Amino acid sequence: MTIHRREFLKASLALGGAFSLEFSFPLSGMAAVGKPPVEVNAWVVIHPDDRVVVRIARSEMGQGTYTALAQLVAEELDCDWGKVSSEFASPNEHIRRNRIWGSMSTGGSQGVRSSQDYVRKAGAAARLMLVNAAAARWNVPAAECAAERGVVTHAPSKRSLRYGELAAEAAKLEPPKNVVLRDPKDWKIAGKPMHRFDIPDKVMGKPVFGVDVVLPGMLHASIAQCPVFGGKLKGVDSSVAEKMRGVKKVVRAADFVAVVADSWWRADEALQELKIEWDVGANGAASTDSIMAMLRDGLADPKLPQARKTGDADAALAAAARVVEAEYSSPYINHATMEPQTCTAWFKPDGFLEVWTSTQNGEASMATAAETAGLPLEKVEVHKMMLGGGFGRRGGPQDYVRQGVLIARALPGTPVKLMWSRAEDMQHGYYRPASVVRMKAGLDATGKVTAFRAGIACPSILALLRPEAIDKGIDFTAVRTLSDMPYAIPNQQVDYAMRNGHVPVGFWRAPGLQNGYYRECFIDEVAFAAGQDPLDFRLSMLKPGDKNRLVLEAVAKAANWGGALPAGVHRGLAVSDGFGSYTAMVAEVSVTAAGELKAHRLVLAIDSGYVVNPDTCRAQAEGNIAFMLGATMYQENRVKDGRVVESNFHDFRLLDISQMPKVETVLVPTGGFWGGHGEPGALCVAPALCNAIFAATGKRIRSLPLKHHDLRKA
Amino acid sequence: MLKLNVNGKVHPVDVEPNMPLLWVLRDHLGLLGAKYGCGVGACGACTVHVNGEPVRSCTLTAAAAVGKKVVTIEGLGAKGLHRLQEAWIEHEVPQCGYCQTGMIMSAAALLEKKPKPSDADIDQAMTNLCRCGTYTRVREAIHAVAARPASGAAAKKVQG
Repeated sequence: MTIHRREFLKASLALGGAFSLEFSFPLSGMAAVGKPPVEVNAWVVIHPDDRVVVRIARSEMGQGTYTALAQLVAEELDCDWGKVSSEFASPNEHIRRNRIWGSMSTGGSQGVRSSQDYVRKAGAAARLMLVNAAAARWNVPAAECAAERGVVTHAPSKRSLRYGELAAEAAKLEPPKNVVLRDPKDWKIAGKPMHRFDIPDKVMGKPVFGVDVVLPGMLHASIAQCPVFGGKLKGVDSSVAEKMRGVKKVVRAADFVAVVADSWWRADEALQELKIEWDVGANGAASTDSIMAMLRDGLADPKLPQARKTGDADAALAAAARVVEAEYSSPYINHATMEPQTCTAWFKPDGFLEVWTSTQNGEASMATAAETAGLPLEKVEVHKMMLGGGFGRRGGPQDYVRQGVLIARALPGTPVKLMWSRAEDMQHGYYRPASVVRMKAGLDATGKVTAFRAGIACPSILALLRPEAIDKGIDFTAVRTLSDMPYAIPNQQVDYAMRNGHVPVGFWRAPGLQNGYYRECFIDEVAFAAGQDPLDFRLSMLKPGDKNRLVLEAVAKAANWGGALPAGVHRGLAVSDGFGSYTAMVAEVSVTAAGELKAHRLVLAIDSGYVVNPDTCRAQAEGNIAFMLGATMYQENRVKDGRVVESNFHDFRLLDISQMPKVETVLVPTGGFWGGHGEPGALCVAPALCNAIFAATGKRIRSLPLKHHDLRKA
Repeated sequence: MLKLNVNGKVHPVDVEPNMPLLWVLRDHLGLLGAKYGCGVGACGACTVHVNGEPVRSCTLTAAAAVGKKVVTIEGLGAKGLHRLQEAWIEHEVPQCGYCQTGMIMSAAALLEKKPKPSDADIDQAMTNLCRCGTYTRVREAIHAVAARPASGAAAKKVQG
C-alpha cells in the first residue's frame, strides 16, 4: 500500500488538473501537454504516456464512487492503477451522445451497484480493442496476445506494446459485442482499499466544491425564500439595500428575492435590509402539533390502501393469547449538508448557459436549467462539482438550480454564484418525512408470533418528487421495512395513510429508515413480552440461508452477544436490509444515574455481496453511524406558524468528536449480488441504540429525538 | 484600505472593517480553502490560524485581523504537504471533505500546543463539526502524526 500511495500522491500532484475548473467544455484532459489523449470508448481515455482517465457519470459526495467505479473499469482494462485518474462525464455531451453514460443519478446507494455491469464491460471491451490493435500491428492472431498492467505482449515473438502506443489504433476498431468479465475472486484492483482520488485536493483546500467556483467578473447572490412553504413574494422595499456597498441588483421572483453583489457577504448584508412582504398562503398556521394530528387522523381512516396483506392479521390477533401494541413516531429532519445549496449560472453572449453546481444528478440539473431558461438541452452545460455533502438533498429537488438560473438571467453575460445562508438551508429543505406508526403483534401461548399489523401515516416523498412511481396509493419509501419484513409471521397487514401536509419531503439518507427503527424496536418489545432473548427471537423467525440471519449471526459473534460487559454497559440489537445490502448492528451504551447517554461501541455487520473498496465501505459505516447517532439523539425540524423553527447548528445539533463511539465494521460479502454502502449502515443505528437504552434503563423509546426523553432509570 | 498579513504576505484589501475575515479570504483574496458552514462560529469549517490560534474566521472581523498573522490551509503546507495533510490522505479521513480544511487547521493548532494530545485533548480542541461523520479517522490521524517523529520541511512550523 505504501508504495502505491507514494505513486499516487506523485501522480495526483503532477496531474493536478483533475478537478480544476474548466471554463470551456471538458474534453477529457485535453489540457495536458503533448499529444492528445484518445477515447478508446466513452469510459476509457488513454494518453500516449499510458495515463488512463476514466469517465465517471455519477456524482462524488464523499462516498467514494468516483474512485470505486474507476477501480472496476481499471480492473477489466488491466492497466497500471498508478496511472489512473477519473473525470466527470459532461452532462451536455451525455445528451448529445444519446445518454451514453447511463444514469447520472447518484442516490439510493446505487452509484456502484447499478453501474458495475456496464462500466466493467466498458473496461473489458477497451482491453480487447487494445489487444486486437496490437495483434493487427504485429499481424498475429489476437489469441496469442495477452494484456496485463497496461502492456500487450505477444509471447511467441517476445514483443510488447504499451496501451499508450496502441490507443489510437484501438479506438478505430469495432467494439466487441460480447465480453467476459473477471470473477471477483481474481480481482487485483477492484476489491482493494485503493486511495480515493478526490482526497488530496480536499485536504489541500483546492477549489473543488460548488461554492468554490470563481469566474471572470462573477457576482455573488444571497437569497430569501418565503419562510412558509408554498408562499409567494408579495412585495419588497429594496431602497436601503440597493444603496449598500457592492450591491448590483435585487432580483425578484415569484417565491423568492435575491440580492446580487460583488461579494457574498455584501449580498447577504443587503438581504437583511430588505423589507419583504410575503403572501404565506394557506399554511401560515401549520405547526408540528397540527401535522402530527393530521398523521394520526390518517391512521383512523378505515379505508387505507394496503402495502401488505398476507393471511388474516385481524383474525389472528383476535385469536392471539397475547397482543403487544405500540405507537411510534419520528420528526422531520433536514439533510443539513455542510455546504449549503449553491449554483453558479452564466448566460453567455453566444446564447449558451453554463451552470456549475454540487449535484447528485447532473442530468436533472441540466434539465432544470434548460427548462428554467427556456433553452434546448444542447445549449446548456452543467459542470458537476464535488458535493459538500448530499445525503439525498441534491438529487430529486433541483430548486437551487432553478433559482441560480433565474438570478443569472437577470444579469445576462455575468456569471452569478448563488449560495444559501445556513438559515435558508435549514428552513428550506426537503425533509425526511415525519411519521406515526401503530403496530400490533399477536403471540400464541408458546410465545410464537402469529400476527403483525401496522398502520403507517407518513408524507409521501414520491408524491412530491416522483408521482409516477406511486403504486395504488402506496409510496414504497414510506412503507418498506415494515411491508417487506423477512420475519416468518404467517398473518401480516400493513396499511398506509398518505398524508402530505405542506412541508416538502425528500430522499434523506436511506429513505424509509425510520421504519427500521419502528420495526426493530417493536420486535424487541415483542421478544421481551415473549420472554426471549432478542437475538434468539429474531433468529427463530428467519429462515435458514436468509442473509438477514447471516449478518445477525456475524454481528452477534463479533460483538460477543450474551458475553460479559463492563459494569453499567448494556447491549441492543437490530437487523435490517435495504439498498441492496443486509445489515445487523449491536450497540453498547451506558446511561448514568443523571440520565446521560454514552454510546461506547457500535458493531456493524454488512453483506453487500461484493466489496469494491473495503476502506471506503468502512468509512461509510463510520459515517452512517455518526450521521444517525446525531439524528437519533438530537435532530428534528419543528414547525410553527407554517415555518421551520430551527435555523442553525445550535438548535439542530450534529454529533461531535467527543461523542463518536468505537465503530467496528464486519464486512461479510457473500457474493452473487451487488448491494450498496452509502446508506445501509444507517439502517440499524436508531433501533440498536434504543434497544440498548431499554436494556440499560427499562425505558422504551417510542419517539425521537432522544433529547426529549428523561433517561434516568424509572 | 486594510492591510492583512495572510500566509506570510501583506495584502491591502478594500473592505468594510466589519466584513468577516472568511469573506475577505474567499471573495477578495481568492483563498477558497476555508469554508462557510454556519456563519455563527458553530461548525468550524472556516477555521484559520490567527497568531497561531485556531479561529472561526466567519465571526472574526477583518479589522480584528489587522496586524496579526493569518494562516489558512493554503499556507499551512506552503512547502509541501503538512504532516497532518499527509496523515489525512494516508488515513483517508475526508468523506465529502467540506469541513476538513477546518479540521486540519484545528488539529495543527492543537499539535503546536500539545505534540502528544490525549483523547480528552482531542475532544476539547476538535470542536469542528462534520456531517459525514469522519471523527473516527480524524482522531486516528491526529494520533498517528503525534506518534511520528517530526521531520522534514513538511513538518516545519509554518505559522507565526
